[in-house]
Amino acid sequence: MKRWLTALVLGLCIISPSSVAQSDDALRLTGSGATFPFPLYAAWFKTFGQKHRGVTVDYQGKGSGAGIQDLINRTVDFAASDAAMTDEQMAKVPGGVQLLPMTAGEIVIGYNLPGNPKALKLPREVYASIFLGKTTKWSDAKLKAANPGVNLPDLDITVVRRADSSGTTFVFTNHLAAVSEEWAKGPGVGTTVNWPKSDKFVASPKNDGVTATVKQTPGAIGYIEYAFAKFAKVEMALLQNKAGQYVAPGGEGGPAALASVQMPPNLRAWVPDPEAPKAYPIATYTWMLFYKSNKDPKKAAALREMVDYCLTEGQKLSVQMGYIPLPDNVVGVVRKAAATIQ
Amino acid sequence: MRFSAHLERSRAMLRATDRRPAADSPTVSGPPSNWDYTVDRVFRGLARTATWLVLLLLVAILWEIGSKATVGMAHHGLGVLVSTTWDVGRQQFGVLPHIWGTLYSSLLALAIGGFFGITMAIFLTQDFLPPRIAQVFRTIVELLAAIPSVVYGLWGLFVLVPAMRPVADWMFARLGWIPFFGTTLSGPGLAPASLVLAIMILPTVAAVSQDALRLVPYRVKEAAYGMGATRWEAILKVMLPAASTGIFGALVLGFGRALGETMALAMLIGNSNQITLSLFAPANTLAALLALNFPEAGPREVEVLMYAALVLLAITLVVNLLGEVIMTRSARRLAAR
Repeated sequence: MKRWLTALVLGLCIISPSSVAQSDDALRLTGSGATFPFPLYAAWFKTFGQKHRGVTVDYQGKGSGAGIQDLINRTVDFAASDAAMTDEQMAKVPGGVQLLPMTAGEIVIGYNLPGNPKALKLPREVYASIFLGKTTKWSDAKLKAANPGVNLPDLDITVVRRADSSGTTFVFTNHLAAVSEEWAKGPGVGTTVNWPKSDKFVASPKNDGVTATVKQTPGAIGYIEYAFAKFAKVEMALLQNKAGQYVAPGGEGGPAALASVQMPPNLRAWVPDPEAPKAYPIATYTWMLFYKSNKDPKKAAALREMVDYCLTEGQKLSVQMGYIPLPDNVVGVVRKAAATIQ
Repeated sequence: MRFSAHLERSRAMLRATDRRPAADSPTVSGPPSNWDYTVDRVFRGLARTATWLVLLLLVAILWEIGSKATVGMAHHGLGVLVSTTWDVGRQQFGVLPHIWGTLYSSLLALAIGGFFGITMAIFLTQDFLPPRIAQVFRTIVELLAAIPSVVYGLWGLFVLVPAMRPVADWMFARLGWIPFFGTTLSGPGLAPASLVLAIMILPTVAAVSQDALRLVPYRVKEAAYGMGATRWEAILKVMLPAASTGIFGALVLGFGRALGETMALAMLIGNSNQITLSLFAPANTLAALLALNFPEAGPREVEVLMYAALVLLAITLVVNLLGEVIMTRSARRLAAR
């Protein structure tokens, strides 16, 4: 018994000074928030940590809303959000918040049809109507007219949506509301909305859940973040943009969509319905949120360094991970704005 | 000189007594030493604190949920319990479809899981198998309880749903006029969710039913045989009625587990806020609603989610209490026999 106690005490004596020393020279930055850019952020922070000895970045993909909550409660050093942050939320942080768009992504409409027809074309009014529960069959006349030569079966359309509250849903409904007045007046815009009640509307948790359900259900259609659809090899539809062109996701369409909007001074820009003829219709920036006044100047310096890394080296990773790199002019604006992190 | 020798001796004696720690004393004849008393007291104190901490934890959880839920109750009243709309953007909340889905899926699971669980219990306790093989089967059934919920969910999504689709389509085509088969299966839905739930509650039902059947004294069965009953007559007319209260308790426990199951259901039920009788239609449950909406909920939504949590807690508590009461009564009745 006594021997145990001495061992324990000795052990504690050995452990405690070393752990103190460790936390002294290593700087740890913690962040939380959006899951949509999580794969990219995880890759960024890993390589950043390898290049900057002594700085580790821990990022937790909890969801945009949770990230904003954490930032307000001051439990993290930075947060990330697909829905940026409202003025009301920003007012809750004394000292102010700096929003920085870090990358951008596309949301695709994935489908599963017998015979795997590739590159299905979806006219604007048709996909809005499908998600409103008005168009219920794949053999719909307008769909057939847009896709001559494609054998569209007489199959029920099963709509797969997100079951959890999500930034992806926010961006998608924001776009649908811009396309269809009926959508704007009906379900509206939000991280969760009141979807039409139908036997053919099912919901799955997270991007992976929707992807899996679409893949498993013949006749299914669902909205997914591009990277998830790409890696799960889900068929992605060509969407008709405002200019009337059918554009495929993952190509030139994303950057074209971003180029069509001007960055406002608060860096909170939405692209609900881009007008450029080559633009892919559903694209969005995603933001990191920083305190303008940090308590520890060392941390502030590390955060600025991290932003700089993400804007330069990091952007090169974006394309291969399925995200859209920031346009050059936006990178300049963001880098200037990052100086306010003090 | 003499004095120092005395001192020396008394020191040696002291050392001797000191060196005999009472805790590992080989003799039992001596009175408990102070050390014994201390150990005893510390242990008793620890045990008591642990017990109170558990109770305190329960009270704290109830208080936390209750106090937050009352805010939601004050804002939305009882309307939440009967409304069917869940629209965060317009601040309209209703959990009737979730209550319906929770009870419907759990009852279905209970019907399926209960039937198979009890059958299994009979098979494993009534000498159909050599004892050693019965033990193997028992272990396998109990292993079902160790599979994580999310694995059940994935299995349901990737194996069960595709396997069920042709059956469901056939039933819809032939029996579509019956409201239970009124829709086609669109991937996730009540039927696959209930089936998976049935498998999940099977170990609980089987294990508790086995205990109940084993509690019936052997002479009861012998008496039945003695009166010329066949094996099946003995099982169905003597053993089952004798163990009935215990088996009923097993069913209630299984039902309680089904009500609270979350992850597998969130993945399989389709999370659609509608009330329908059709087995192939998507539905929703309270537990899935809570799990999926908490992470991103705003302050107003959290109040209502807490309210929903309280409703779920109330349903589970009532069911579990019922099971507990029935079980103790059955044990007492059998002991008296």
